[in-house]
Amino acid sequence: MKPLLEVSDLRVDIGGVNIVDGMSFELQAGQVFGLAGESGSGKTMTALSLLGLLPGGARTSGRAMLDGVDLLTLDASAMRKVRGRKVAMVFQDPTSTLHPMLSIEHQLTEHLRYHLGMARGDARRRAVDLLTQVRIPNPDAALRGYPHQFSGGMRQRIQIAMALACEPRLLIADEPTTALDVTVQAGILRLLDRLRRETGLAVMLITHDLGVMSAVADRVTVMYAGRIVEEGPTADVLRRARHPYTRGLLDSLPHPDAGDVPLVPISGTPPSPAERPSGCAFHPRCRYALDRCRAEVPPLIALAPQRAMACPVDPLVPVLVA
Amino acid sequence: MSILEIHDLEVVYRGRDGTPVRAVAGASLAVDVGEIVGLVGETGCGKSSLARAAVGLEPAASGDIIFDGQRVQVLGRRARTKRDARLQMVFQNPYGSLNPRRTIGDQVADGLRILTEDSGGQPRARVKELLRRVGLSADVAERHPHQLSGGQRQRVAIARALAADPRLIVLDEPLSALDASVQAQVANLLVELSRDLGMGMLLISHDLAIVRHVAQRVAVMYLGQIVETAATRELWNAPMHPYTRALIDAIPHPDGLGRLPEALTGEIPDPARPPTGCRFHPRCPYAFERCPTDVPLLTEIAAGRNVSCWLYDSAARPTPLGAAAV
Repeated sequence: MKPLLEVSDLRVDIGGVNIVDGMSFELQAGQVFGLAGESGSGKTMTALSLLGLLPGGARTSGRAMLDGVDLLTLDASAMRKVRGRKVAMVFQDPTSTLHPMLSIEHQLTEHLRYHLGMARGDARRRAVDLLTQVRIPNPDAALRGYPHQFSGGMRQRIQIAMALACEPRLLIADEPTTALDVTVQAGILRLLDRLRRETGLAVMLITHDLGVMSAVADRVTVMYAGRIVEEGPTADVLRRARHPYTRGLLDSLPHPDAGDVPLVPISGTPPSPAERPSGCAFHPRCRYALDRCRAEVPPLIALAPQRAMACPVDPLVPVLVA
Repeated sequence: MSILEIHDLEVVYRGRDGTPVRAVAGASLAVDVGEIVGLVGETGCGKSSLARAAVGLEPAASGDIIFDGQRVQVLGRRARTKRDARLQMVFQNPYGSLNPRRTIGDQVADGLRILTEDSGGQPRARVKELLRRVGLSADVAERHPHQLSGGQRQRVAIARALAADPRLIVLDEPLSALDASVQAQVANLLVELSRDLGMGMLLISHDLAIVRHVAQRVAVMYLGQIVETAATRELWNAPMHPYTRALIDAIPHPDGLGRLPEALTGEIPDPARPPTGCRFHPRCPYAFERCPTDVPLLTEIAAGRNVSCWLYDSAARPTPLGAAAV
């Protein structure tokens, strides 16, 4: 099947500092594609580059093909027609996208009228449908409300409803549940899963939380310091991690069956983009690092179809997790 | 022996329209010497208010807070005594509690001053020892907060708390702003410090999964009240209160099994207008006639195990929430 989105060799530089270095991935309709990484890994900038939302002074190269159009080459007005219409984005903090002084109805119908040219009455009916779809109780009353009158979880649902207004093919969700309590997070994850099943929506899910990935992502790509270090089907990446960083990350996380064993942290901290180490950027934190890891950037090695990782020392790594 | 005892604590704020809001509505909790107790709950449950009241940053509307045998007084303009200083607090965002213009060494040394009643002095050696104690190199003393990573700043905040030779540290979400790989480092540091220095800790967190690796005992808070306390292992393996169970079931695990976590129905109610009876009853899948009318009290069900839920009252119970029923 032809992918909905095909990104190849994406590179992002901001103010002369390299942020994303050669990302390639594809995304099918109805698929949840997970982009995992810690702060400074470049996952958010990857997403923003697809929507032309990078800060000033940013330069991109590579290709990002959506429906035969390269998103990286669009000018501002062409991008405005894609954004919201074909690709929509939700952020960690819904208060940053919801206007505090405008009613929910105003904000939801604005999209429909701008992009689809709907009449007021039609737009309102569609807004009620959207709120119903994201399970906002009593949608008629909710339309008259203002953002501050809703809880964090409800605001996130409203943000998702807004993103879905023009039936985009792709939803980019950047840490959509990170600010929410776990009991509320579970509801949002279930919502995203239902939407992709029922509507064929493709979701690009960006999160540092591998538990969240495990719950909803079909495929996961793990980023470290601007590059892909490992990718594959979620179950395989999480249960048979091959890259020392992915393994280290999994060992440092609380695990459901291992409450009494101490967590095994990775030493050091993720580097900021301006201070990325040479060679494999993970080498200063890697207990398997060899001399050549300091000098050479390890290429992504295919392990199986759709499965790859970027570490030359893997064959030497004893299997720590069954 | 308890180092901190909280009895029937109430913390009350004035709402926007002047109505009183009970953020903490009668909570009791104890931390033993050298013990780490986790206090978990979701946004708005009152856990931070309880923490702030415990160290005297917030007045208690009623109830008692006893630290090391004496009542905790609200901190005001008066100077803290040496004894006050043995109760320390660490916040979520160390950037907010560190002065950006002063070196790390000077700020850690502040904590020593109260102990030695020394206005200048030469605490350099002790500062370096403290920095090493929290896993930082001694040369960090010469740097400023912005030159450190989030994890390093949190270590500095802990070092500064340690400077006063505390018997108890109250930590409010000390791990939640950190990257996953760094979170485990700081979590392990807390366990190590408590064990090596015989120091008690009250660890406030919304993240039950990480608390499980750090705390020996856990208290679960919902809408201003403690609903369950138990040894960490028992709480995790066999949660008794339906809210504790919901919290555990909602945690997504990185196990690659593709399981969607269970969502809890409804929303956390407004603390200004809490539900009648058991405060959890509108969201509880096991609620029965008694729950909306009668307030359940935190009751000892087994040794070290307290639950406030009518399901465990033999006179009222229709079906127990045992393994078979759930």
